[in-house]
Amino acid sequence: MIGYLADVSALARKDLRLELRAKDTLPAMLLFVLSTLVVFHFALPKGTSEDAAYGLLWVAIVFTALLGLARAWSPEGEAGALDALVLAPCDRSAIWLGKTLATLAFLAAAEVVALPAFALFFAPLDGAALAGVLLASLGICVVGSLLSAMAAASRGREVILPLLLLPLSIPLVVGGVGASISPESGRYLLFLGLYDAVFAILSWASFEYVVTE
Amino acid sequence: MAAAVAMVFFVAPEDADQGISQKIFYFHVPIALTAYACFGLGAWKALRLLWVGGERRDLESYTAIHQGTIFGALTLVTGSIWAKASWGVWWSWGSNQLVLFLVLFLFYCAYFMLRFSLEEGPRRERTSAVYALFGVALIPVSFFAIRLANDFIHPTVFTSAGPQMTGTMFVAFLVAWAAIVLLAYVMYRVEIVGKRTDAHLRELREALS
Repeated sequence: MIGYLADVSALARKDLRLELRAKDTLPAMLLFVLSTLVVFHFALPKGTSEDAAYGLLWVAIVFTALLGLARAWSPEGEAGALDALVLAPCDRSAIWLGKTLATLAFLAAAEVVALPAFALFFAPLDGAALAGVLLASLGICVVGSLLSAMAAASRGREVILPLLLLPLSIPLVVGGVGASISPESGRYLLFLGLYDAVFAILSWASFEYVVTE
Repeated sequence: MAAAVAMVFFVAPEDADQGISQKIFYFHVPIALTAYACFGLGAWKALRLLWVGGERRDLESYTAIHQGTIFGALTLVTGSIWAKASWGVWWSWGSNQLVLFLVLFLFYCAYFMLRFSLEEGPRRERTSAVYALFGVALIPVSFFAIRLANDFIHPTVFTSAGPQMTGTMFVAFLVAWAAIVLLAYVMYRVEIVGKRTDAHLRELREALS
């Protein structure tokens, strides 16, 4: 168990260190989410209710996550690094968990900028909305890091990932929007937690089959 | 097979005393249930593939999902026609089942995109299988999500309680269902046989050249 966690944290730290040196994902995500929010200001007609803005926040979050996930496995694509990782003497699911944590860290960093900007430009966010963002981000990264590994092996690559991820992210958007605007947000948070648990177990168990030859 | 379909055509109209539009119920609901069954079968074969392996299970899983997608598209079409006839609109976001089928339809279309952009081999078999498993997990999750979403998109949920079925109508419904399942099964077998013949033919050609 300790060894497993050490593997996971080593893999996640590897991704974070690569990002610190190359800086090719996070700045793009930050810029993307800010520009999206500005576009939304012009996309919303005057006098639209605040609820519409909350809906658009979720569109921004999902697409920002997609941007980050599309590049998630590109370092492993170079020089056969993924094959080496698969051969390494560690549980294969640790590779998935490490990647999930790293992408979650990127997405969280983008949200640290995006959420205050959203509150400044559009509407305030309460605790339930923040909890919803947290749980839904976890869900997106859990599913996305696995689907991204699938897409990386295909010829479609960046084109195919949104097609795979968007239908799966519909329940997350439902839960997230519900947690932001509904008075009884507890049900939506519970639903998001359930989603995360179901798909985390499924991805954890099935990752090995996706990366082995 | 033809006899079963013909029987539906003769039995169903007799019982449809609620106007002509209600007759589509005998096709719409069985088609939807059959589509679920196909997706379920595809996922089951996918699970077996991951568990014990075997190339034929990949083909079976793929074919079942292909049939499920065809029946899912038919569900959308028949549901849309029914919605037009009974609610006056071609599409209603208030109908949970229709929205669920739209989500599933998008999901399984992506399955084909994924499958055809991977190179043939054991890795494609397993990747498709994993994605098919995600599909059956998505069905109940989406169902709950759409239920929940109705609370804030439509304050009053459409309570389209189906027609109270009398005995004869229920029999007609069951016959229709059996016919559709049979149709799905026949299509499934035909497609599998066709695909296998294709594969054999390719092997023979390679052996010859």
